[in-house]
Amino acid sequence: MSNTKTYWKGLPQLTNDPEFVKHADKEFVEPGKNEDLGHSRRDFLRMMGFSMAAVSLAACEAPIRKAIPYANKPEDVDPGIPNYYASTYINGGDYCSIVVKTREGRPIKVDGNGLSGVTKGGTSAQVEASVLSLYDNYRLRGPKAGDKSTDWQTLDSEVIAKLAEIAAQGGQIRIVSNTVLSPSTKAVIERFKAKYPTAQHVQYDQASTYGMLKANEESFGTAFIPSYDFSKAKTIVSIAADFIGTWVSPIEFTKQYAATREVSAEKPEMSRHYQFESILSLTGANADYRTAIKPSEEGTVAAQIYNILASKAGAASLAAPANPIEHVEKAANELWANRGKALVVAGSNDKAIQVIVNAINTLLDSYGNTIDASRPVNFRQGNDEQMGAFINEVTGGKIGAVIFYGCNPVYDHPKGAELGAALKNVALSVSTSSTEDETASASAYKAPDHHYLESWNDAEPKKGMYSLSQPAITKIFRTRQAQESLLVWGGNGQADYFEFVKENWKNWFYGKAGNGMDFQSFWDKCLYDGVLEFPAEPVSLTFKGDLNAAAATLSSAQAGGYELVIYESYGVGNGSQANNPLLQELPDPITKAVWDHYVTISISDAGKLGINNDAEGRTQKLTLTVGNQKVTVPALVQPGQKQGTMGIALGYGRTKVGKVAEGIGVNAYPLIGMANGSLSYAVAGVKAEKTDENFQIAQTQIHQTYMGRTNVIQESTLEEFKENPKEWLEKSAKITDWEKKVDPSAVSLWKGHDYKNHHWGMAIDLNTCTGCGACVVACNVENNVAMVGKEEVINRREMHWLRIDRYYSSASDAPMNSKELEQAAENPEVVFQPMLCQHCNNAPCETVCPVAATTHSSEGLNQMTYNRCIGTRYCANNCPYKVRRFNWFKYHHNQQFYQANPAMNTELGRMVLNPEVTVRSRGVMEKCSFCVQRIQTGKLNAKKERRPLKDGEVITACQAACSSGAIVFGDMNDENSRISQLLDISKPEERPYGIDKKIGNPRAYRVLEEIGVKPNIFYLTKVRNKDREKKAV
Amino acid sequence: MMNYRAARFSIFLISAFLFLAPSLSAQTVPTDDESVKNGETLFKNNCYSCHRVKEKWTGPALAGYQNRVPSIEWTIAWVKNSAKLIASGDEYANKIYNEYNKSQMTAFTNLKDEEILDILAYVEVEAAKPDAAPVVVTEDGAAPAAGVPSAYINAIIIGMIVILLLLLVVLGFIVSTLKRVVENRNLSEEEKEVVESPITLSTVTRSPGFIFLVIFLVTTVGFKTVIDGLFTIGVQQGYAPKQPIAFSHKIHAGENEVNCKYCHTGVMKGKQANIPSPNICMNCHTQIKTESPEIKKIYAAIGYDPATGTYSGKTEPIKWVRIHNIPDLAYFNHAQHVNVAGIECQTCHGPIEEMEVVYQYSLLTMGWCIDCHRKTEVNGKDNAYYDKLIQLHEQSKGKNNKMKVEDIGGLECAKCHY
Repeated sequence: MSNTKTYWKGLPQLTNDPEFVKHADKEFVEPGKNEDLGHSRRDFLRMMGFSMAAVSLAACEAPIRKAIPYANKPEDVDPGIPNYYASTYINGGDYCSIVVKTREGRPIKVDGNGLSGVTKGGTSAQVEASVLSLYDNYRLRGPKAGDKSTDWQTLDSEVIAKLAEIAAQGGQIRIVSNTVLSPSTKAVIERFKAKYPTAQHVQYDQASTYGMLKANEESFGTAFIPSYDFSKAKTIVSIAADFIGTWVSPIEFTKQYAATREVSAEKPEMSRHYQFESILSLTGANADYRTAIKPSEEGTVAAQIYNILASKAGAASLAAPANPIEHVEKAANELWANRGKALVVAGSNDKAIQVIVNAINTLLDSYGNTIDASRPVNFRQGNDEQMGAFINEVTGGKIGAVIFYGCNPVYDHPKGAELGAALKNVALSVSTSSTEDETASASAYKAPDHHYLESWNDAEPKKGMYSLSQPAITKIFRTRQAQESLLVWGGNGQADYFEFVKENWKNWFYGKAGNGMDFQSFWDKCLYDGVLEFPAEPVSLTFKGDLNAAAATLSSAQAGGYELVIYESYGVGNGSQANNPLLQELPDPITKAVWDHYVTISISDAGKLGINNDAEGRTQKLTLTVGNQKVTVPALVQPGQKQGTMGIALGYGRTKVGKVAEGIGVNAYPLIGMANGSLSYAVAGVKAEKTDENFQIAQTQIHQTYMGRTNVIQESTLEEFKENPKEWLEKSAKITDWEKKVDPSAVSLWKGHDYKNHHWGMAIDLNTCTGCGACVVACNVENNVAMVGKEEVINRREMHWLRIDRYYSSASDAPMNSKELEQAAENPEVVFQPMLCQHCNNAPCETVCPVAATTHSSEGLNQMTYNRCIGTRYCANNCPYKVRRFNWFKYHHNQQFYQANPAMNTELGRMVLNPEVTVRSRGVMEKCSFCVQRIQTGKLNAKKERRPLKDGEVITACQAACSSGAIVFGDMNDENSRISQLLDISKPEERPYGIDKKIGNPRAYRVLEEIGVKPNIFYLTKVRNKDREKKAV
Repeated sequence: MMNYRAARFSIFLISAFLFLAPSLSAQTVPTDDESVKNGETLFKNNCYSCHRVKEKWTGPALAGYQNRVPSIEWTIAWVKNSAKLIASGDEYANKIYNEYNKSQMTAFTNLKDEEILDILAYVEVEAAKPDAAPVVVTEDGAAPAAGVPSAYINAIIIGMIVILLLLLVVLGFIVSTLKRVVENRNLSEEEKEVVESPITLSTVTRSPGFIFLVIFLVTTVGFKTVIDGLFTIGVQQGYAPKQPIAFSHKIHAGENEVNCKYCHTGVMKGKQANIPSPNICMNCHTQIKTESPEIKKIYAAIGYDPATGTYSGKTEPIKWVRIHNIPDLAYFNHAQHVNVAGIECQTCHGPIEEMEVVYQYSLLTMGWCIDCHRKTEVNGKDNAYYDKLIQLHEQSKGKNNKMKVEDIGGLECAKCHY
């Protein structure tokens, strides 16, 4: 049973590292020798004297504050009341339909748009963080020619003159971009091409799926990527596709996947997920069965699965290596048993593997069931071959003019360095990047584009599904929308892109979807909804790929050297938003590292290379040699990493990026190789050498420990759950009263509370939580949480109100720190647990505060009053969940944190702050407030309309951000609320409004139930869809 | 084809409705009390700043409108959007427009037809009332302070002082009597020394008891003064800074009885009551007091040229001096107090209608907030949000115990601090 499992937060805990033991009972690290944290007594008296004088002086005359109303108040803007606009997040091929919250004309928060049929209200960490990128200090203030500022007219006339000259000589013109999702932008590019016949549009993607496009072309005749529907799948096999984290459309997939992971006593069913991969990815961490393989074995897995299925289906088999790989046969058998409800995906960009996977899905009858070919997706349209050819043309001096539209290939293309060097020989180079990034710096003209929150645009993420972008703020700088620039340079005069988009929508969609409305009403409706979706037109596919040819080109393991996996970072993604501290300080879901770049290595390889990680993240650097590229990065020992493989993230090592990301890590793009005509994110034959250089990686993984208390994670398998859903409950901790063992909640020193109005509570489903971290970023943005920077994280002083604890576990009875456990750690199971203030009904923090700065509300909230707090930190000390955060510094208006926390230290950055939430000062404690500002707003709206509060009106920021719907917040007094339904709450008759509600859901438990603090947050047990293991005799 | 048919059908329906509409009762002015009452509220909130029933104000007196306007439908159209009516070339509309120096009436597109009819109902009822009906303004007196009234405390203190003085006199008599008795007896040397030792001022002032008493009193009083002083830091009661424009609430809210909500548009909606932007001033001041130097400042702010009646588009916001400064750490929402609780503006802002220059009337300290939350009853009338709470409160505390703000968590920290 679950309780015999051993959970550990990181290797240092497993190996009982002395540093870990030393700090295990300390929430915060002691100030270091050189750190001047406090002041001497003398300083104190001096300051005291000064401040007394200052206070008495200040009292003589209060500062005069101004109140400045609008000169001409816009009709729809009321100070203090937010406005919401439906829009679309577009970053290359990354897409999310969103609703932007603005206050007095400033976007301050981005939420998902529930009307979208693609993202269905989900968001990701990058989408949530993008609002701060709008206020990035590194953005260009206006157009530039070379290093000199210029104005748009001058720039236009020069660019047009040069284009005309180049066109007259028949010189080649290229527009280079990432995937373009917008049909109107494509129309703009077409107009440009019509004016300049030698112009071509080259698209590339940082995370390319060109191999898939080519495989589909070969298999089905058209180069497309179909829509996948994980929600219809009972058996999911992923061969190194990180579909929850980064692959193609993670927001959408997370939502679908989570739907198959919801388990209840009424519906004790869930999907089974097999993952074959080399690095421990977010998707692998959520899998039921995870097999660590080398990247070179991905093809083998696909071929072996195909052969097993083919033998059942009576089809011819392939030539495939016969080396046994764990779980392949089991997975294949289950796939076959669940034909029509099965899905196989592969993350590889190798055409051959994708062809085999297409064949597998054809055998499994997935097309038309779990794969929808009638809705091709447009997220990745990049063409690796074209892009490679383009760079060769530039280096060969064959290109006359190049316009980089919103892309940064000098940084994020493997041959970027060559391109960057060759650009100075190109007659005309223009970049529309909104920052002076690597490509813009290398280009002659900088024609900065608006941020997406300042832009008009449209998007077609999937065939027949459209969405609109509208500006939520007037342009902050002298920027101009890139599409407008292209229209102007294409000889369309001073074109207005807004009118252009509107005209397109009139021509393309109004006729089809107008429904008798006049065009203005139709347009207004589209703008209001943000999306416009048409039904799909069915298509039929016939597989006609050449499997044997594909099998023949499968790469085989090469002797010697390591295999390196190059993956997109979960925080900074492909690096385009690297200058965003919200993403830099978002702990990586797996490694829990922040502000750092590293190479992940397996435990046994660490032993071989002599790498030693300690509990404080101290490690050594490794020099990796890939072909003729050499990089030196710190090594991070990662459980679950396949022996003989290493992993390195993209998105770091930016050189022209701004203060935040300056000097973090190395650029991994040049390490990307080629395979079967497309970029290959796994390279073999990598040499690794240990250097003498030491390095400390900031990791949050073993901060905030539970002091050896158990009952934090509850888990079960589906089979056990079906047999006895309450089994874990029977085995859970009991306490002894004067005569017998009882349930811990039955005994209390306290009288409890009565919540007559609302009783706010939260339920977090550990089964659907994927650990992605969108909630963490959403919480930071909503609640003005300070970013503290790497040094302070090392000092265990991160300020996140919401953290996601990642536990490894091993199904083993072996005691902690034993050799046996260490072996299990080679491929552990993973559980994610979002941890935030539990809003205890018997809150231990409240009883120890000497000034009553933390108190209990009549709605079940544990309130924190900053202006009352004197910073004794007794509350943090007494908090069993370690969720309270202390302001060790003044994080706002403080040059020391200028780099890490621009949102509070720059004029521009401060525009993002939520005016409803106090910015905390030095010396006070803070913690999750259950988004009390949202609760108060929701209540007030109900009161104003003279009606009871409806369920769903108040949602917390974390809940809104969660794509998988793992977080449910609501009023537990309201019988019809979602949380009451989910937890199956019934009120006890003797005290209906008391704290002890009867919880009927057999999966619900409270963390550390045995200590009797009675939290208002319930967790639903993790259920793994695993077969019962036969005990070894 | 289908669409065309559907469209034709709907056109038929609409025209049928329009044809039938005048015969519907909706277009006659109602007379029931409910409508009149509703009309009164609507009139005060929307019309009162420019119209009176019997007097000519910014706009015409409304009494007897029914004899002047072409029809009720015309009136509704006029109220909703007079500019449209004028532009359509309507004869009477243009006549009125020209009569009032081409000053445009605000368009009330948000008012429903029935609401406009209610207003008209009120106007008719009000016009029928005899003149000079004295308006009785009722004001709620402040609730008497709990506990012993201060007058009693003073009486008790004075009484005690009198008693103490009497005691002193009596003691004096006793001392002198005893002295006389002692003088008549034979005393030993030691006894004499004691008896004859003089009680002078210096012996008293040097006595340890006296010194202790004096130090104690000085320290206590000093401490109390310092504490009281510290509590007044940042309290700006009575603060009345000079404003960039000498705007008088006395003229607007007092003499002309412009509804507060007419200018402070956010007060029912949200956190801020809103200082009106100059475009609201312009609703009236394109016509009224156009020559005043103070009004010229408004014109400058909004870029209006009174000579041509045009706007230049160049604006310069007015920098008012903020009077009510609540610290950032405290959250206050006007809508909760004015809309939900129905509190009068004057409760916190004082006799604003008498203020030539606005000053801070209330303390605006946390104690002041708390005090009110302790005393004030929750206004749960016709508000379903509070129904369950009031029911539960009455169940536990009895029908006569009214539910105060404090009873539903009005004193909790996170109601104002987050």
